[in-house]
Amino acid sequence: MSNAIVRVENLHKAYGDTEVLKGVNLEVDEGEVLVVIGPSGTGKSTMLRCINLLTRPDQGRVWVAGDEITAPHADVNQIRERVGMVFQDFNLFSHLTAEGNVMVALTKVKKMSKDEARKLAMFELERVGLSDKAQLYPAQLSGGQKQRVAIARALAMDPSVMLFDEPTSALDPELIGEVLEVMKKLAREGMTMIVVTHEMGFAREVSTRMIFMEHGVIAEQGPTQQLFYNPQHPRTREFLGKITELYGHEQGEA
Amino acid sequence: MDVTFWEMIWPALGRGLLTTLQISAVALTLGFLMGIPAALLRVYGPKWLRWLSVGYIEIFRGTPLLVQLFVIYYGLPDLARALEGLGIEAQFLVLDRMLAAYVALGLNSGAYQAEYFRSAIQAISSGQIMAARALGMSQFQAVTHIVLPQALRLAIPAWSNEVAYMVKYTSVVFIISVPDLLARGQFIISKYYNPMEILLTVGAIYLMIVLGLSTIMGKIERAATIPGLQMEVERG
Ligand SMILES: Nc1ncnc2c1ncn2[C@@H]1O[C@H](COP(=O)(O)OP(=O)(O)OP(=O)(O)O)[C@@H](O)[C@H]1O
Ligand SMILES: [Mg+2]
Repeated sequence: MSNAIVRVENLHKAYGDTEVLKGVNLEVDEGEVLVVIGPSGTGKSTMLRCINLLTRPDQGRVWVAGDEITAPHADVNQIRERVGMVFQDFNLFSHLTAEGNVMVALTKVKKMSKDEARKLAMFELERVGLSDKAQLYPAQLSGGQKQRVAIARALAMDPSVMLFDEPTSALDPELIGEVLEVMKKLAREGMTMIVVTHEMGFAREVSTRMIFMEHGVIAEQGPTQQLFYNPQHPRTREFLGKITELYGHEQGEA
Repeated sequence: MDVTFWEMIWPALGRGLLTTLQISAVALTLGFLMGIPAALLRVYGPKWLRWLSVGYIEIFRGTPLLVQLFVIYYGLPDLARALEGLGIEAQFLVLDRMLAAYVALGLNSGAYQAEYFRSAIQAISSGQIMAARALGMSQFQAVTHIVLPQALRLAIPAWSNEVAYMVKYTSVVFIISVPDLLARGQFIISKYYNPMEILLTVGAIYLMIVLGLSTIMGKIERAATIPGLQMEVERG
């Protein structure tokens, strides 16, 4: 078997009568940067949340770095530590400084000492270019800075894979670039990433593979170049045309 | 009111004030210890515990404090006697005056505090809990390290009100002959026959205590302030 960091098998999820995921299969190898696109409501976020079990699938299995998180007696919290997650609306802890946001899971989950945790937090904040903002609270940061703190917070846990759910969708256009820059740097450093985004500039530049999701299934997937320039599925072509029109401003292409 | 009269009534009123403050402090503490778990269970608990919490909160908020005090002071001993008739030892249900006052006011305050904490807890975005879980925290850790530190801060203004109310509400205990500030005042009135002067004095003492406590709570609130962490705007 391959050295898949994430393996998803036959994922099904319904909310009431609405079937959101209808059998998703996915394998992501170490170092891959996977970009997921698809119309609104097709289950992209649900799929990401099933990977670290924030949402429990009705059916199907998920492995993270070899451990099955969906196994009946799996230590879910422990496996989750290895899956970093970045949300559209940041979800920083409002009562903690940037540094505190990065530290809290290090001390409470990883049981690091305060000093150790602070050192690592400063290192991660440095990595996203925010060491000078360490003592500021979320409300004192711009959207782009908040998202970079959120990325640092996830990175500090030393994850095997990072999940990004539309990390720049809540940002003012002029702040998108700084977040994409951090993500590109991560990709270059070899981080395994699954990114739901409309930023096609980012996708073209750093993703190794792309997935087009529609109606709860993966309608098409392939190497980025192929999906961009030679999509097989007419709906993929149509959708790519639409988002290039909508989001085609290509910020962050520094 | 001349000085000698004040000197005559002050020892009694002072002792009454101490009792009032003592009952307030115990009731607020007990209320806090009841209110936090009741609020958490109401928001996060499994269904049956949620209902238990709702039942407690609604009963104590929905009935007069006087009735609660009577039931606890007079009703429980009746129950104890009935149980003893069945051969069940239940002397612990017979509370002396002070204990009955603590329990009644404490349970009553707990119901109100639970509601203050509940709205504070619900003001915290569920996204923050999701982020905490994604970092590997258990639900319990997410609540203790992320939700409660914020909820407690958000609840401070409501809690300040509760402190002020409590100091005044303790005055119901004179009905079961606990010698609090108001009860002492009434006793002195029956001795000296100048109700207006004494009642105004008692009222003024309540006022000073409440103002003093409000000032302290205001200081605590300012000391605990975190930029952007307020009841209205909740975005992290
Ligand atoms: N907790 C929930 N309860 C009920 N329905 C939900 C829940 N979460 C998602 N859904 C529904 O599931 C469907 C898929 O949602 P999901 O968020 O996964 O889509 P998405 O592809 O991420 O869309 P978007 O691009 O808008 O973020 C939607 O119809 C949504 O309304
Ligand atoms: Mg989504």
